[in-house]
Amino acid sequence: MNIDMSQFYQVFFEEAAEHLANMEGLLLALDVEAPSLEDLNAIFRAAHSIKGGSGTFGFADMTEVTHILETLLDRVRKEELALLPEMVDAFLAAGDVLKAQLAHHQGGEAVDEAEVRAVCERLSRLSNTSAEAGEQAVCYWIECSVSPEIAADAASVGHLIDALRELAACEIQQWPTADQPRLALWATTAHGEAALREALGFYALPEDILVRAGGPETAYGLFDEQEPAAVQTEDPGYGLFEAAPGGPSAETQTEAAGYGFFDDHDSRASETERSPGAAGPAQNRGEEAPPWEGGVTHMPGVPATGKSDTATVTTEGEGFGFFSDAPGVPPAVPKETVAATPQLAPPPPAPSHGRRASDNPSVETVRTGRRETDKVAASATAEASSIRVSVEKVDQLINLVGELVITQAMLAQSASHLDPVQAERLLAGIDLLARNTRDLQESVMGIRMLPMSMVFSRFPRVVRDVAGKLGKQVELRTIGEATELDKGLIEKITDPLTHLVRNSLDHGIETPERRIAAGKSPKGTLTLKAAHQGGNIVIEVMDDGAGLNRDKILAKARERGLPVSDAMSDQEVWQLIYAPGFSTADQVTDVSGRGVGMDVVKKNIEGLGGRVEIESSPGYGTRTIISLPLTLAILDGMSVGVGGETYIVPLTLVVESLQPRPKDIRTVSGEGRVVHIRGEYLPLIPLAEVFNLPGAVRDPARGILMVIEAEGGRAALFVDELLGQHQVVIKSLESNYRKVEGVSGATIMGDGRVALILDIAAVTRMGLNINRNTYGRQAA
Amino acid sequence: MEQTLEVQAPVGSGEYLTYTLGQEEYGIDILKVQEIRGYEPPTTIANAPPFLKGVINLRGVIVPIVDMRIKFNLGEPSYDQFTVVIILNIGRRVVGMVVDGVSDVIQLNSDNLRPAPEFSATLDTRHILGLGTVDERMIIVVDIERLMSSREMALIETATE
Repeated sequence: MNIDMSQFYQVFFEEAAEHLANMEGLLLALDVEAPSLEDLNAIFRAAHSIKGGSGTFGFADMTEVTHILETLLDRVRKEELALLPEMVDAFLAAGDVLKAQLAHHQGGEAVDEAEVRAVCERLSRLSNTSAEAGEQAVCYWIECSVSPEIAADAASVGHLIDALRELAACEIQQWPTADQPRLALWATTAHGEAALREALGFYALPEDILVRAGGPETAYGLFDEQEPAAVQTEDPGYGLFEAAPGGPSAETQTEAAGYGFFDDHDSRASETERSPGAAGPAQNRGEEAPPWEGGVTHMPGVPATGKSDTATVTTEGEGFGFFSDAPGVPPAVPKETVAATPQLAPPPPAPSHGRRASDNPSVETVRTGRRETDKVAASATAEASSIRVSVEKVDQLINLVGELVITQAMLAQSASHLDPVQAERLLAGIDLLARNTRDLQESVMGIRMLPMSMVFSRFPRVVRDVAGKLGKQVELRTIGEATELDKGLIEKITDPLTHLVRNSLDHGIETPERRIAAGKSPKGTLTLKAAHQGGNIVIEVMDDGAGLNRDKILAKARERGLPVSDAMSDQEVWQLIYAPGFSTADQVTDVSGRGVGMDVVKKNIEGLGGRVEIESSPGYGTRTIISLPLTLAILDGMSVGVGGETYIVPLTLVVESLQPRPKDIRTVSGEGRVVHIRGEYLPLIPLAEVFNLPGAVRDPARGILMVIEAEGGRAALFVDELLGQHQVVIKSLESNYRKVEGVSGATIMGDGRVALILDIAAVTRMGLNINRNTYGRQAA
Repeated sequence: MEQTLEVQAPVGSGEYLTYTLGQEEYGIDILKVQEIRGYEPPTTIANAPPFLKGVINLRGVIVPIVDMRIKFNLGEPSYDQFTVVIILNIGRRVVGMVVDGVSDVIQLNSDNLRPAPEFSATLDTRHILGLGTVDERMIIVVDIERLMSSREMALIETATE
């Protein structure tokens, strides 16, 4: 029996791609120091599923890579090997190779065999030798008090951190500030304790430095062993936690206690000891509940509800810091817990401050408003309650609903002249129909909508890679991931956005040294934000980098012979970077350019019916704002009448409409007719002549001029009349006919007739020729 | 599966829809006909050839309408409630064709279908499958698919010729 497997290939491709994306997401979110077993298992399962699938379908190359990947993953998840940042890098590289192989099997280009070999070797090397390597790289907990002068100087602190980063992979738990000159961090290094002390020695006295080996594993150990001394002497919350695992209010206290203790413990040595007895049983703690709870409400990111169970507590990175801290701290006991509460929690830098894989090349990914745990739960439910439907079926549904909407509009129109008294019930029914159709249309359109997270999810990786390559520290923030956008747009917006993000990383955000010199945090922030605004979606790419350099852009523009002057407004200057060939990559800075230039970004966005704007302020950063229609299927249009025909002009291109006075129309020899509008002379485009329509108004003073934006300039489109403003469903003219010059598509109006949507750029081009040839000659 | 392929009908035989243009009667493969409907004024398309009357909305699909009477210079085209449009399914496209009238559906086979002589008609002989005779009527059987996708109809961007 010979079954043709190829019919199932597509399913495998889709699933494998999903598993790969899932794996990458989990890897990037993975806490390297304390990987959650659940995540490791999920990654393992993804790799295993790909291996199984590729084996079944005979893609031996993928099976091979996943097998090696799986071997290493298996050892890590069985805790035979400690997870190392290099492993995460290797896993990601393996993911890339698998993606390339997958693309190859789908008819893409061949995979670079050398790369596959390299990745496989890297993975096997890690799984064979990393047992020793893991022992060499030790995680240290470092605390030191620096002098207040140093702490107050951002540049000195930056140097200190840089010195440490040279030695070790660092994760800063607390930055020294003028108020609290204490530095606390995790450092993973193979160089040993002495080297770390030496690096710190430039900035702090030896006796002020605490360096202690032991990662969170140690913390776990302590936690598990329930060392009585630790419980009694150090952790009131701990005892409480054990005593009252189920009590919601008590647990809230536990967390607060953990935070309070942790954040406060630098000062605790100087304070009076509290009686150990008081730190014991939960009952005693309970009496102090109100102040603790007060502290909780201040704390961002702490579940204030009592829902959190033991598992939640263990996943809170903050908790680890406390526990692992224990062995090295003298048996001082937090006292004055009430006093400690208000000053606890200098705002946690991120919703989760456990160590993440993405921290490694100093990139931190922050998902605003969403925790890892929430996400896992959300994706689990999404999986269970979704079905896979082909886009064709959905589009067919959308078409049918479009029909229904038109039919409903026609019905409403014919019923509008009925006597409301006699046809009361009919009219009520038609009203109801209208409402239901609108709701139906909205929900059906919603099927094609995908959340922006589909696009945003790729950027942690992009940022991680690019920032790592450029030696920059960048934190990526994404806001509004749930904002929904049409699938077609999602696909087309990815490339321009990637370009903008790379631009920001490359030219916007400065190197850590420069940032410190400018008095900014060494870590730059790149923000991606999506939000609905009216019928549009607005996507912003924001960085807190150096901003655009006005003088440099002007100088380059002059060099290129563009018409510029120093009197131009900032907005006008920023527009220059959109000029074709005026790539920011090549021109504004010396860093080599890659990919498309800003002109292509702008063209792509405009091709989707959107707009791009730039806001920039030197030293504070740049913000690129993209506004797009929610869907490609619907267009905001102005309907105009010319010679008895109706045309739709995309509203985004219309600046204004006006009725000119006869004296405003001039004829310029060789150029044709122009119209004088508020000091500007715009070429006149007679639509009737462009389309050879008989019986149209020929005298511009008797028609309407519509000022439109086309191909970087403005022109006045001359039409007979304005009919109204509509949201129109775009239909292709090409599916049954052919492309028509000057027309970008068609739509069906409320009366069931077809109206053509104008391709303004082409109409302008055609119109300028007619204008020049007809009226320019006459004048000559 | 394979059997059905063998029992395929010989070329030219089958059912045909006949329509009139001026004095002539034409036949087209009925399987290419989607529906027959009355004429409604289409939306004109600028700078298109005169026989392309424009496009109509056929239940949400934008369909171009060609007037065969203009295309083949057959009489003065008039548009009233008796004007008929044959909606054709050609390949994956939908095209409407205005004719003088639709007569009936006839059965033709290789016996009453003769190859067309070389006559310099307005209609290119390449687009004619043959001449059929039914009850003394002569029917010009047109390869409508080939005609509609030909370059002279200018309906398709890259027309096959």
